[in-house]
Amino acid sequence: MKYETQKIALAYFAAALAIFAVQIAGGLLAGWVYVAPNTLSELLPFNIIRMLHTNSLVVWLLLGFFGAAYFLVPEETEREIHSPRLAYLQLAILLIGTLGVVVTYVFNLFEGNWLLGKEGREFIEQPVWVKIGIVVAALIFLYNITMTLLKGRKTAISNILILGLWGLALLFLFAFYNPDNLSLDKQYWWYIVHLWVEGVWELIMASILAYLMLKLTGVDREVVEKWLYIIVAAALFSGILGTGHHYYWIGTPGYWQWIGSIFSSLEVVPFFAMMAFAFVMVWKGRRDHPNKAALLWSLGCATLAFFGAGVWGFLHTLHGVNYYTHGTQITAAHGHLAFYGAYVCLNIAIFTYAMPILRGRDPYNQVLNMAAFWLMSGGMAFMTFTLTFAGTVQTHMQRVLGENYMVVQDQLDIFYWMRFGSGVAVAIGVLMLIYALAFPRREVVSPEPTVAAE
Amino acid sequence: MSDASVFDELPGDLMIWVLIVSELLVFGAGLAAFLAVRITDPAGFAAAQDALYRTGAGVNTMVLVTSGALAAWALRLCEAGRRMRARAALAAAAALGVVFMVVKVREYAGKAAEGIAWDTHPFFTFYYLLTGFHAAHVVAGVIVLLLVAWKDAVPNIEAGTAFWHMVDLVWVLLFPVIYLLR
Repeated sequence: MKYETQKIALAYFAAALAIFAVQIAGGLLAGWVYVAPNTLSELLPFNIIRMLHTNSLVVWLLLGFFGAAYFLVPEETEREIHSPRLAYLQLAILLIGTLGVVVTYVFNLFEGNWLLGKEGREFIEQPVWVKIGIVVAALIFLYNITMTLLKGRKTAISNILILGLWGLALLFLFAFYNPDNLSLDKQYWWYIVHLWVEGVWELIMASILAYLMLKLTGVDREVVEKWLYIIVAAALFSGILGTGHHYYWIGTPGYWQWIGSIFSSLEVVPFFAMMAFAFVMVWKGRRDHPNKAALLWSLGCATLAFFGAGVWGFLHTLHGVNYYTHGTQITAAHGHLAFYGAYVCLNIAIFTYAMPILRGRDPYNQVLNMAAFWLMSGGMAFMTFTLTFAGTVQTHMQRVLGENYMVVQDQLDIFYWMRFGSGVAVAIGVLMLIYALAFPRREVVSPEPTVAAE
Repeated sequence: MSDASVFDELPGDLMIWVLIVSELLVFGAGLAAFLAVRITDPAGFAAAQDALYRTGAGVNTMVLVTSGALAAWALRLCEAGRRMRARAALAAAAALGVVFMVVKVREYAGKAAEGIAWDTHPFFTFYYLLTGFHAAHVVAGVIVLLLVAWKDAVPNIEAGTAFWHMVDLVWVLLFPVIYLLR
């Protein structure tokens, strides 16, 4: 660790991993409700479990991004973070907000109160006071990081990371605008939900991936930067108007069907480019970095993001297809693999790379960490397939044959059981991963190469 | 590690070519979709096409191609060190872009007066999307041409004219497919 203030990242990563565990517990419970629908239906209804699962995902990913920024910005700018105290204050605000959200959701406190009650818009259900807290925390973060950047060396990696984080914070402001007209409500709602994950988050993803490739493969910065610019250009070119793929059936004019179909088809391009980038860098790189686990997560991230976001996204993005598949389990399949590949794996890659450095030691527990990668990724892939099959059957029975929603759900039971099984595998993988990152132990398999006698 | 590649030989910056390829993919996909939907209703598409003002579009084709030639000429002039003439050629190219837009706006105004909107027929959905999206690029191109006339380094002019050629190339594809194809 070259800069003392990089240590801030450790607190963010620890908080992120704790909330990750909560998210997976929520996911397991939600998966169980699919096979035993009356579980906790009075105490903790499914819609609340689902809210906890999705909200905690976003919160821990954001904490991971903030942590990643605090870790890599000092190195890129060659400066200490402007104010470590503000960085910890920001974390405290975010954690208090998270706690407030969980308590408000679970006990359904302050129902209907404009300031304290939950707002009810999917994914941005947070009470207004928490939203204000998020904005304050974001402002602190942007101030702190931007001041650091302005004082120090400016690189493409840190510039694009900061651009992405600024975009993330500014787009969140649409959470405060809630028009009465439901079509308009949804139209602006997607400015957050879509323009985050298919816009500015891709900038964050590309820059963190570029940083990891720079460190892990030793390829020239100049080469990495050229790729980075191309990826970012492709992401924004396709992603911004690609928002149109959410405007097919919400009451927006019909030309969105063509704008959305054409531009969002091109959203595959940046994800393909990121995958190509990662593999080409490893191919060209001369450095044999000891942190193999971080490299595995980086390559896994680029590959699974291409399949989850790119291929599974394209699967149902054309409006002629989406007319039938909209809101079925096909969407759930895409959502799970896309978030896992693009953003979960990315965060774990930077955690795996940074944690040993932050704790001042050589890479540790790599075998366990890599086993966790395969268990988690295998589980997520299996879940994606079962949900895709469930969605295919559902689309046909419900949308083509026109059968009743709940009748069709009964027919999907087998898939939901398999999905629960894959969820258990993922949960075990997550426990292994958290253990591997948190508790340094001796390597299970010796890292010394086995060399044949010459 | 040196990383000389064929991309380094591209005129202008690599990024302008990333943009050009992306634009061509979008317009290509739009035209392909137009032709695919046309198969479902050839008679309706032909009838709708008759409402278009073909002569104006023909004139606009000449205007835009001439403008492209001026922009290309400007690059040669600049490379030969004749700075002021190069700038004049770029300004003339931009002016022709403005002429294109004047004709285009009159065309749209005529459609509006006849009560033809984007949802009158699927033909017009594509007509407005494709020509409207193209017209937005003409406006952007005029600004780019004026920018490179002001900051007239050779790589800038290369990038600006490459973008402008993309705009006239797209028009040369849109014109026959939307206005003429029977």
